[in-house]
Amino acid sequence: MSNAPVDTGRRRFLTAATAVVGGAGAVAVAVPFIKSWNPSAKAKAAGAPVEVNISKVEPGQLIRVEWRGKPVWVVRRTEAVLENLKSLDGQLRDPASEEMQQPEYAANPVRSIKPEFFIAVGICTHLGCSPTYLPDSFGEQVEGVTSGFFCPCHGSKFDMAGRVFQGVPAPLNLVIPPHQYVDDATVLIGEDSGAA
Amino acid sequence: MKKLLIALVTLLPSLAMAASGHNVHLESANVDLHDKASLERGLGLFQQYCSGCHSTQYQRYERVATDIGISTDDMRSKYILNDAKIGDLMENAIPTADAAKWFGAAPPDLTLVARVRGEDWVYSYLKGFYADETRPFGVNNTVFPLVGMPHVLQDLQGLAVKQEDGTFVTTGGKLTPEEYDQAVRDITGFLVYSAEPVQLERKALGVWVLGFLFIFFIIAYLLKKEYWKDVH
Amino acid sequence: MVKNIIDWIDARIPMTATYNRHVGQYATPKNFNFWYFFGSLALLVLVNQLLTGIWLTMNYVPTAEGAFASVEYIMRDVEYGWLLRYMHSTGASAFFFVIYLHMFRGLIYGSYQKPRELLWLFGMLIFLVLMAEAFMGYLLPWGQMSYWGAQVIISLFGAIPVIGDDLTLWIRGDYVISGATLNRFFALHVIALPLVLVVLVFLHLIALHEVGSNNPDGVEIKKNKDENGWPVDGIPFHPYYTVKDIMGVAGFLIVFCYVLFFMPEGGGYFLEKPNFEAANPMKTPVHIAPVWYFTPFYAILRAIPDKLLGVIGMGLSIAVLFILPWLDRCKVKSIRYRSMIHKINIAQFSVSFIILGYLGVVPATPELTIAARIFTFTYFGFFVALWVYSKNEKTKEVPTRVTH
Repeated sequence: MSNAPVDTGRRRFLTAATAVVGGAGAVAVAVPFIKSWNPSAKAKAAGAPVEVNISKVEPGQLIRVEWRGKPVWVVRRTEAVLENLKSLDGQLRDPASEEMQQPEYAANPVRSIKPEFFIAVGICTHLGCSPTYLPDSFGEQVEGVTSGFFCPCHGSKFDMAGRVFQGVPAPLNLVIPPHQYVDDATVLIGEDSGAA
Repeated sequence: MKKLLIALVTLLPSLAMAASGHNVHLESANVDLHDKASLERGLGLFQQYCSGCHSTQYQRYERVATDIGISTDDMRSKYILNDAKIGDLMENAIPTADAAKWFGAAPPDLTLVARVRGEDWVYSYLKGFYADETRPFGVNNTVFPLVGMPHVLQDLQGLAVKQEDGTFVTTGGKLTPEEYDQAVRDITGFLVYSAEPVQLERKALGVWVLGFLFIFFIIAYLLKKEYWKDVH
Repeated sequence: MVKNIIDWIDARIPMTATYNRHVGQYATPKNFNFWYFFGSLALLVLVNQLLTGIWLTMNYVPTAEGAFASVEYIMRDVEYGWLLRYMHSTGASAFFFVIYLHMFRGLIYGSYQKPRELLWLFGMLIFLVLMAEAFMGYLLPWGQMSYWGAQVIISLFGAIPVIGDDLTLWIRGDYVISGATLNRFFALHVIALPLVLVVLVFLHLIALHEVGSNNPDGVEIKKNKDENGWPVDGIPFHPYYTVKDIMGVAGFLIVFCYVLFFMPEGGGYFLEKPNFEAANPMKTPVHIAPVWYFTPFYAILRAIPDKLLGVIGMGLSIAVLFILPWLDRCKVKSIRYRSMIHKINIAQFSVSFIILGYLGVVPATPELTIAARIFTFTYFGFFVALWVYSKNEKTKEVPTRVTH
């Protein structure tokens, strides 16, 4: 040990410089570790947009397609169902779809691009169960409404536009995935026309 | 001590000579991975001539398209020859079992061939076919003796025939020798890319990392020097 | 505030006391040179291997059907998976590089001598476990070299009389190397052996801090203390050696990252070319060689023209290092103050080791086999000669203080 005067300013500066540069390096090293948790190319390929042929869907019928491992419903709604939707506003949490549960182009009273076809992610916004489609017997859940979606897990109820009823655990309307019509018979789920 | 060292120094080269068992001369491929047009031509040739039997099953069409700079639509229309989707692995067209029956052995996957054999080997191999009546497909190969596959690029290169003096005379190809060399270089380039698609990105990132480390080293050196002024 | 928290903890576990004992007030000889970087670097590489290893297991598939493809999946489909994989594969070679230099340091400065015998033994155990760890890890990519390398090494156990064949069957869990072997090696590689390594590294450090660090002069700094009981040739580990080791880490990382980013295959020595081909039990590669860090011992195995004796010879070449503290009967530690014959002996040993390493890489020819026998002889000769001359070695006078 010596008694020579110590240049504390320089010492402190160099210590701080080493800490800052070393810290930046440590953060940079963390990047690959963190990014490696993103969906891989394989997962992305499996989650690529799905083309669905809707020409054979009967009125009132629901078909399920898998997109990113989740069930996506395509329902062909009848005129009666569409008419009925207008009368439900008072019983719903978010009748005008003000919460961002759908792309811009589906933020309308019927929550779809074409009123006839309702396309939604079939996952309850409460805790992730998949609600059951009740085409005829929904009246048991909500008086005067023939068809709708009922979640068997905790009893949440949604109308035929995926809008959640009041007084159930689910907080939000069902999610509408990005989608676009390639032609009259084909819909592409997972990509909206803006992205193409 | 010195004598021992001298003895060792003189011994080493002879050891190295004895060790290298290469007796096949390989031509230099001179692949340039920055030449994306060449890589795209290579992909096209590979898909047209090779992919019937050989898969490159560890890579995906989409990644290849992105890396080589081909649009998704071009990839779909020009280079995906089966009903595969753009995100799929570039898997084989013919079932392995059938191929094994036809060729005696299943044609190997070629994703990593450039890493296993080296780019010069691939290049020389594709140039090394010559007529040999004794072989089942009528051809043999200078770098892969007793090769078990036909010369699929014969309509491009023509057929090389070995002369009495050991040289080869090639006739009947659609391409000139220079054009054929380039075509083979394109295929080799594509396979070098396939073997390690990340190599350009790796080197580019490496420059930044080393630059950062040099700066860090200098700061750390100054810090050490500053503190060690205390120690006498 | 911070002080309150520290006091609260200190009342419950000896945090500050432990920090002072091992870092803040650990008296370190002030004359460490270049060779003393490799201990901290080994720790750095160990952390690198643990972290990247954990991350690799997140995408690796330990089955015979899926292993090879999953490595390529990591290299291509996982974001930055290639970087994690190269960090791990380059780290494996770096680990041995650092450990060999660390051991060489111990050898030339007599760091194995009394009172550091146990420290050396823990170090040798780390080396042994590290070899097992590396060997099992090398099977996991399930390439041709993985497969046939494991085949050869496991077959070594077959040389053991009577139980040999049953033993190899038991190790593989199958009649050939198979998914069963891969699975158990995976379990050992990612869980069991890393735990053992970490425990041994802990013991190694405890043993070091108990007896104190040796130094290039081989002088015990504890013999010269000032009135406060602080060794006069000692300086606190922090800040002096923390700042010095940070510099060492930066320097090491420059070399490490150069290899990682610009030559991750290490010229075919860190990642061997045949290993880019999936394992094929029907076809052995033309030339199989272990990874470079095993080749000195592998060359000894090949040099001996008898299966059992070869295995024994290879085992002895490692085992003899364990008893080094008792083979060296000289009281002087550092090469600086020892006899010319000792210097020559260490030089010839180093040269023999490097040449054996080279011979283990290249295919065996009759001339090279003779060379391998000569250097096997000189390798073991080092230990025999050391034992003989160290008893009455003519040494120089050792100073009472370190030279700095």
